[in-house]
Amino acid sequence: MSSSFKQMMDKFGLPRLTIVLFLVALMIVATVNRLPTSMLLSNSLVRIGMNGVMVLAMVPSVQSGAGLNFGLSIGIIAGLIGMLVVMEFNLAGLLGLIVALLIACVLGAAAGYLYGQVLNRVRGQEMMIGTYTGFSIVSGMCMFWLLAPFRNPEMIWVVGGKGLRMTLAVDDSLAKILDNLWRFEILGVEIPVGLLLAFAFACLLLEVFFRSRFGVSMKVAGANPAFATSCGVNVDKMRVLGTVLSTALGAMGMVIYCQSFGYVQLYMAPLMMSFPAVAAVLIGGASARKATVWNAVLGTVLFQTLLTIALPVTRSVIQGDISEVAKTIISNCMILYALTRKEGDG
Amino acid sequence: MDNKWVLQIKNVSKEYEGNSVLRGVSLSVKPGEIHALVGENGAGKSTLMNILFGMPVIHETGGFTGEVWLKGKKAEIESPKHAMEAGIGMVHQEFMLLPGFSVAENVKLNREPTKSNWFSKVSGRRLETLDLHKMGADTRRALDRIEMDIDEWLPLVGMPVGHRQFIEIAREIDKMDLSVLVLDEPTAVLTETEASTLLSVLKKLADSGIGVLFISHRLEEVCEIADTVTVLRDGEAIATMPTTETKLETIAEMMVGRKINRPKAAESGRTTDAGNVLEIRDLCVEMPGEYVNGANLTVRRGEILGLGGLAGHGKLGIANGIMGLYPSSGTLICDGEEIPLNNAQAALDAGLVFLSEDRRGVGLLLDESIEDNIALATMISKKKFLKRIGPLPVSILDRKSIREHAVDMISLLEIKCTGPQQSVSRLSGGNQQKVCVAKAITMEPRVLLVSEPTRGIDVGAKERVLSMIRRLNREKGITVVVISSELQELRSMCDRIAIMYKGRICGILDPDAPDAEFGLCMAGEGGSPSV
Repeated sequence: MSSSFKQMMDKFGLPRLTIVLFLVALMIVATVNRLPTSMLLSNSLVRIGMNGVMVLAMVPSVQSGAGLNFGLSIGIIAGLIGMLVVMEFNLAGLLGLIVALLIACVLGAAAGYLYGQVLNRVRGQEMMIGTYTGFSIVSGMCMFWLLAPFRNPEMIWVVGGKGLRMTLAVDDSLAKILDNLWRFEILGVEIPVGLLLAFAFACLLLEVFFRSRFGVSMKVAGANPAFATSCGVNVDKMRVLGTVLSTALGAMGMVIYCQSFGYVQLYMAPLMMSFPAVAAVLIGGASARKATVWNAVLGTVLFQTLLTIALPVTRSVIQGDISEVAKTIISNCMILYALTRKEGDG
Repeated sequence: MDNKWVLQIKNVSKEYEGNSVLRGVSLSVKPGEIHALVGENGAGKSTLMNILFGMPVIHETGGFTGEVWLKGKKAEIESPKHAMEAGIGMVHQEFMLLPGFSVAENVKLNREPTKSNWFSKVSGRRLETLDLHKMGADTRRALDRIEMDIDEWLPLVGMPVGHRQFIEIAREIDKMDLSVLVLDEPTAVLTETEASTLLSVLKKLADSGIGVLFISHRLEEVCEIADTVTVLRDGEAIATMPTTETKLETIAEMMVGRKINRPKAAESGRTTDAGNVLEIRDLCVEMPGEYVNGANLTVRRGEILGLGGLAGHGKLGIANGIMGLYPSSGTLICDGEEIPLNNAQAALDAGLVFLSEDRRGVGLLLDESIEDNIALATMISKKKFLKRIGPLPVSILDRKSIREHAVDMISLLEIKCTGPQQSVSRLSGGNQQKVCVAKAITMEPRVLLVSEPTRGIDVGAKERVLSMIRRLNREKGITVVVISSELQELRSMCDRIAIMYKGRICGILDPDAPDAEFGLCMAGEGGSPSV
């Protein structure tokens, strides 16, 4: 094996190599079993676009030193509210989506600011506190969903006429609006261009941010707070900003997720939604102290493709539906693996 | 071998990764003797203690050569447990006590007297009941011996530091067969009255036949209570003598003096009369372990000012305080302009640049590349190395100029590396320090504060780093303040040397002043604060 090839492999990392090989093996099994591979690929692409921004939300949080954002549910709820407001006023089409994104962004940033203040008081335990903060907010919001002043009869319980339903269908004019934007088909594989472009645009913005003076200061504050302080960087402020950015991205990511999914799920649905995002960025090679946009992209692609392809394939081999179970097992194993390994390797 | 000595250390040597820190040290303690061990930082005192107490760090780094004899018998001390069983008691610099437990519980921890009960008859000693009465009585006896009148059942939480120190001693003397008591800087954290009580307690203990090995920085104390004093310098025992036959000055001189002739580098008569560049007035800094209490200091333009003193007397606190890294108060004037304290950005804006003593903790981003380490601090604080993206009002890092600058610096400072993208964690200490220097030069300092520039660097690299700093001063006219525990280093390069004692400037000396004067200044005596 030549040394440059070996270097490349080292950079890519053994876990990712294993997953890629596993994916290739799955594709072969899928073809042999006459599963519709083009459909599997189309679904993978949609899921990558759907989840990408939420995974991206992990990057600023890790870079600013606040660890993986297990409290992403806070942002997710901001995103849900954005969707709900748009649905309440029956805003349709691209306008509706933009308004939802704006509301999500503002609410997410505000919630992230408060959440960031909390995290600054619990240094060193951000991830655990984040998990429980997320859990309690999701539970607390259950009351809000019941009491919130939404009046649209499509959204509230039919009986009693008060309180939001568990699952709301997104209006046809709003659902899949990004997925269908400039969508085209090639060799039977449907490419959701708008959705992927939105993800790519978010990646680009974040990447530029982390190359600006501000973004580098944030990275430095996360990598070595003492070094940052000696350069005149206010570390606490940077951590709050990182959390704000992360929560706002999570909120907008949720809007994108909902429009693609076609449903808005309330009550306990957002409870565990931060875990797949955390798992994805970890699969992409990030650690609790270091994460890049590239980690998020790679992780999303690998994790979502794995989920989309592995499940139909296993179903074709062994009978029965194990999709939710498998998703939970894979994401939790990945989190466990990534958090127990030593810094930097893997 | 007779029982004339309770403790003998014979020809002990120790190396850490090729650096020898102890070279053939021998030392003997008689029963009832108080033996003081003095030396500068890094002279090898702690290593010797670790060997004596069988600390794991010694065995993990390849053990040591030489022998330790206890009460006339050769002892193999492989772990702290062995040391305890052999009758060595140790009072550590950091307290090893459980705050939530009572005094008696702490004193008797893991050596509790027990009574048998129903369960223990079945399952053995481990389940026996504690004999609380006996625990209390034993502790009382130990406390009485050191004249402590606190209640033995009070919890430790909230007790003053001084009390804790005494409780540690009580724990050691409660061990039945204690023959040698080792104290590592026991008075460092005590107030003066507490310290004098402690010293009288030590005398009493010695009178009861225990050998006491006493490590201290405070020479007055040593002269007051010790019978014999051994001076360690650079890992060698320079002299052992009875305190009655020596003077404070002599000990001080032995501690700092070097056999080698010091290089005469600071050419005399250098003109440094271009006015003051930095004035420090009544500076107080709350840096743990390095408090500064109202220091006054003036730095002249173009000079190299040394800042020395023993550890814990605040020399590190001054630089860290000025740079806004620790809470501080007082007045700081740079070129006639007052600079707000507790504000790192303001200090950087005024052109003050700091090379931290904590190179790996504060000075470097260990996981990042050499080029980033050199450029990022300047990018952040001075907004350099940035470029616009096309017509957009957004600036991002200019990788090309960062790379070019790093390549220049690598060749200028002769940093040994595989290239500007190598991670700094892979570099040797000396080369890491060069990266720090490169980072500092990039900031274009008006005043460069260099803290412990040669700590953790091998001998050859030391000289290179120092000459580099000297060159910066001569060629670029940068005013330099060097802070170092190694007096020799300061004397070889500084125009003036300020010595700190208890958070204040005790005196400013000429680098050619005799060793004794430096020694006295470090002990807080003599020297005129001619600021």
